[in-house]
Amino acid sequence: MKLKGHVWKFGDNVDTDAIIPARFLNVSDRELLARNCFADLRPEFSKSVRPGDMVVAGSNFGCGSSREHAPLAIKAAGVSVVIARSFARIFYRNAFNIGLPILECERAFRSFDEGSSIEVDLESGEMRSGNGRIQVYAKPIPTFMREIVQAGGLVPYITAKGSL
Amino acid sequence: MNSPMTITEKILAAHAGLEAVSPGDLIKVKVDLALANDITAPLAIKVFNEIGREKVFDPEKIALVADHFVPNKDIPSAQQAKLMKDFALKHKITHYYELGEGGIEHVILPEKGLVVPGDLVMGADSHTCTYGALGAFSTGVGSTDLGAAMATGMAWIKVPSTIRLEYMGTLRPWVGGKDLILFTLGLLGVEGANYKAMEFAGELVKKLPMDQRFTMANMAVEGGAKNGIFEPDDITCNYIAQRTRREPVLYKSDPGACLERIVQIDVEKIEPQVAFPHSPDNVKAVSEAGHVPVDQVFIGSCTNGRLDDLRIASHLLEGRRVARGTRLIVIPGSTLIYKQAIREGILEILVDAGAVVGPPCCGPCLGGHMGILAQGEKAVSTTNRNFIGRMGHPESEVYLAGPAVAAASAVLGRIASPEELGN
Repeated sequence: MKLKGHVWKFGDNVDTDAIIPARFLNVSDRELLARNCFADLRPEFSKSVRPGDMVVAGSNFGCGSSREHAPLAIKAAGVSVVIARSFARIFYRNAFNIGLPILECERAFRSFDEGSSIEVDLESGEMRSGNGRIQVYAKPIPTFMREIVQAGGLVPYITAKGSL
Repeated sequence: MNSPMTITEKILAAHAGLEAVSPGDLIKVKVDLALANDITAPLAIKVFNEIGREKVFDPEKIALVADHFVPNKDIPSAQQAKLMKDFALKHKITHYYELGEGGIEHVILPEKGLVVPGDLVMGADSHTCTYGALGAFSTGVGSTDLGAAMATGMAWIKVPSTIRLEYMGTLRPWVGGKDLILFTLGLLGVEGANYKAMEFAGELVKKLPMDQRFTMANMAVEGGAKNGIFEPDDITCNYIAQRTRREPVLYKSDPGACLERIVQIDVEKIEPQVAFPHSPDNVKAVSEAGHVPVDQVFIGSCTNGRLDDLRIASHLLEGRRVARGTRLIVIPGSTLIYKQAIREGILEILVDAGAVVGPPCCGPCLGGHMGILAQGEKAVSTTNRNFIGRMGHPESEVYLAGPAVAAASAVLGRIASPEELGN
């Protein structure tokens, strides 16, 4: 699956309180979560993000709480993929479980500028800048996670298989 | 003859129905207990309903606890808590706990004897790793995993490799589990144990009382760990024998088990520790804190809301007053602890000193309610995270510490060591 969008850059250790502050956790409504995504860290994000945009981050993205509201808010905001140097483990599994594609890549943060347009191939992990001059590769998504992503998330995966 | 395994690997193998497992293996395990709270249960229930099973896999093996935004902080929070309650009633969930009989999930589950050594626990809360203190495998997951577990009784998991932390020597006065784990996080960093099992070992841990073990296991997640774990011993067995008739399964790591890393920590030099804003690994000794006036001190949470923590605080606050201009908020972690604190005269000492005592709940820990910070305010807190905005305004600051430093700081109105009180 090939994706195209503009880059929003974030640094290291972007924690779940930064992704969706706790004061917004008393709702599960997607619209409200999207509206408050990165509310304190990047207040302009929710108004300016366009469907298909991509988050490119440093290491340990999503650290902190297990709250699934974090990847849900990012997905509801229209982000098509999160690319980071590394992910915190609960965020990693939550993202796949709810059908938000994520890719691990050492070099993406250094290679792509804020606001630049990039293309991402989820199957191969290839990422390239709009003009084709920069090309980097992400770690391939493990087979089991790929099955979950292809199913659309853990629930459709279980429903299709009849069990876990 | 199987190759040697760590305690974590043994528990996982047993729950996967396998002879042996190795780090990196992707396995499917049976869950002994699935846990959610008032903010994570609504999503988990939605997932459960989408999967479409009529019944939960076992109404005895699910725990639903109202603790984060209770006493209900506003209408949406009340709706979420009610949704969880209605589900518990519909599916006849035995272990549903709300105000009056419950408290903070990671305080009450061990208290009520719901976890024993050898268990496998999955919880929709990152601090589910707390029960590793009982020699169980216990880890935090998201609501979708929890909804799937409630339906199927199973979860998928990747076997973690183990980092063993060996603590040796004698603790200095006022140094406890919180200081040890903060010191350890300062060494490892917030990503230093990413995806790993943190095994707490060494001669010293065998002498630690359960409350301090819970504190240490509670913050394993702050290092990125999948779980934190102590080998069960007599102290563990005495604790659970008083609370349940369920038989524990006592695992130990085999001598030749493969470890990713061993870190030896000599505790003789460790002072009370403080994690400075805005990261749990930004750790310094309290003597290096400098002059930091504080507006609020919070003593409580799943990290340090237990009876031993309250005893330490009341010992330092007895006959003293909270500094003018500083608020001290104390929240016992459970109804049982609250009652015990009344009987021991602890609450009287705290209130006489000028503390405000709240109902058992998570309170201000996650910026919910019961003590939110304004712009520019600083708090010393016995909680577990201090990222930007954790306890309120993005321009407030949270300094993490144990109950002794928290109590001393409340008296002096600034970050302080208990030694400064001349005890």
